[in-house]
Amino acid sequence: MAKIEEYIPLVGQSVIDDLSLLSERLKGKVIQHINSTPVGGGVAEILNRMVPLLRELGVDTKWDVIKGGEQFFAVTKKFHNALHGRAEEITSRDFEVFMETSQQNVEGIDTYGDVVFIHDPQPIALVKKKSANKWLWRCHIDVSNPNDKIWGFLMDFIVQYDSAVFSAPAFSQKLPIRQFLISPSIDPLSDKNKELPQETIASVLRKYDIKKDKPIITQISRFDRLKDPLGVIEAYLRVKKYTDCQLILAGGTAEDDPEGSKVLEEVQERAKNDPDIHILLLSQNDIEINALQRASDIIIQKSIREGFGLTVAEALWKAKPVVASNVGGIPLQIKHKYSGLLCHSVGGASFAMKQLLNSPEYAKKLGENGREHIKNNFLITRHLRDYMLLFLSLYHPEDIVRLC
Amino acid sequence: MKNIAKAQEPFKFCTRLHLSELTGLRATTLGQLLDLIKEVPGSCIYHHTHRFLQQHQYLSPEPPNDFAYWVADILGEDELGERLVSIDTMQYSTIRDLRVKIASTIEDYLNDNPLAKMRFARSGEEFHFIKSVSFILPTAYVVYDLKEFVEVLKKITIDSIYFHIFEARLRLEKPTNDFSFWIEHSLGDKELAYEISRFDPYTSTLEDLRKKIVQIIARRIVQ
Repeated sequence: MAKIEEYIPLVGQSVIDDLSLLSERLKGKVIQHINSTPVGGGVAEILNRMVPLLRELGVDTKWDVIKGGEQFFAVTKKFHNALHGRAEEITSRDFEVFMETSQQNVEGIDTYGDVVFIHDPQPIALVKKKSANKWLWRCHIDVSNPNDKIWGFLMDFIVQYDSAVFSAPAFSQKLPIRQFLISPSIDPLSDKNKELPQETIASVLRKYDIKKDKPIITQISRFDRLKDPLGVIEAYLRVKKYTDCQLILAGGTAEDDPEGSKVLEEVQERAKNDPDIHILLLSQNDIEINALQRASDIIIQKSIREGFGLTVAEALWKAKPVVASNVGGIPLQIKHKYSGLLCHSVGGASFAMKQLLNSPEYAKKLGENGREHIKNNFLITRHLRDYMLLFLSLYHPEDIVRLC
Repeated sequence: MKNIAKAQEPFKFCTRLHLSELTGLRATTLGQLLDLIKEVPGSCIYHHTHRFLQQHQYLSPEPPNDFAYWVADILGEDELGERLVSIDTMQYSTIRDLRVKIASTIEDYLNDNPLAKMRFARSGEEFHFIKSVSFILPTAYVVYDLKEFVEVLKKITIDSIYFHIFEARLRLEKPTNDFSFWIEHSLGDKELAYEISRFDPYTSTLEDLRKKIVQIIARRIVQ
């Protein structure tokens, strides 16, 4: 695991100095994170990186996990889908299951932190234990169009918190408590984002029998309709009419997702007659994802809906020109024509890709701007800074906080 | 090289870090945008007229404010976008005055172009009002003369430069930027203070601004 000083060559000494300045202001406070799982999923991934870094900076940080059985997590999965706006049938029994497990956790978990930082809906009911300490609720989900029944149910808990945190402005709702915008981040020193030797990149291409003899367009995503892999193939075919190129669609296996397997079959069927389309099933191999992104000439992310879309940040960090849909958190990462190209359709995506292939200098400039934008706004160091400011905001209600 | 003047009062570099606070307020039409511009907290106006400076510090200095970007790129009202872009922020010494100017610019445009009221942003492209919450912290850098000053200026975070140039003047309502104020009042160099204060910092990137100020002071030191 990277140490804080290893980030200095990437972001500069002064950024790390600022983190130290902030951590001094949090001396004596215990920050307690609580979520639903220690491994797997984006929240656990980011906490696994952030908790040790916060500790190294001198912030007394703890991390606890709630308990829940299969039934409980089946219900919270339904909640998750409904908050994303999907139609879900949620019964009164589902709410009972949620409340029964929540009550067991209320009784079993010690909420000792000066700041108790709850992640996502699963542990949300722990706020019943709120005393004189401060409580934060971090929503990692796109709740721009939530199911009213679930949102209403959660709202009874949300209003008891001191503040809530969302990942994009569109996810915010009118709330009677303070709410902050904190975007997620990527870790530039993780396997998925660190610099790789050319030999590693070449060996990954060899492994998948991909030759670098024509431009490579890549989408890294699980095989899911919301990522529109068939639309990506259609856009690629429109580009290929004019410029010879190849397409990589790479993503995780979808064993627990019956619909995912069906989508994968449809994609394989659509691609079977074109040897330049490479469908790769990667089982959470971060180095290989990194290598494929670095080997690509263009990265595409043609999602129909997107939570935040950190694959865009990963690509931009590698200074790649990116074509991506104008959805979810993507427009926060790409300013159209400055740090990438945004699109709304297959036609728009293919036009943008043709532009980039035909104007390599323009493509290079977009990629360079994109890397700077990610460096300034979407690295884990910015995330650490925002979290420490968030903790301080709990003790300072004013808009201009003087800590002199 | 002449002797370097020492200041009675040192310059203490501060830094300014910020959090974005969501309001849940959103506009889909120019009329809604105008109504909300008139009523949101000053911290919102400040956020939407200064956010770009810090988030896009490496780019060419455009587009300088979120209102201009939204009306031009989302609603397609290019002419109003241009009018909002060309508001000379340097002329306004308070957020209140800046808010009045932005609101009157939109109002005038709507009077001249009533059809503009009919434009709607697509779902997902609404204007979301956000507040800027500033945290001001002292850094370890304290300097007594121009030589020390310029050395720190070369390495201090962009947030510190931002604070002393933009936030001190407009949000804390000081008469000029902090650098010019110290150079004039503690070092007695009115000419240099004026040279720095007459920059329009809104038409530079923050890195370019750093370079320009460093150059001017370095030149002054060897004069």
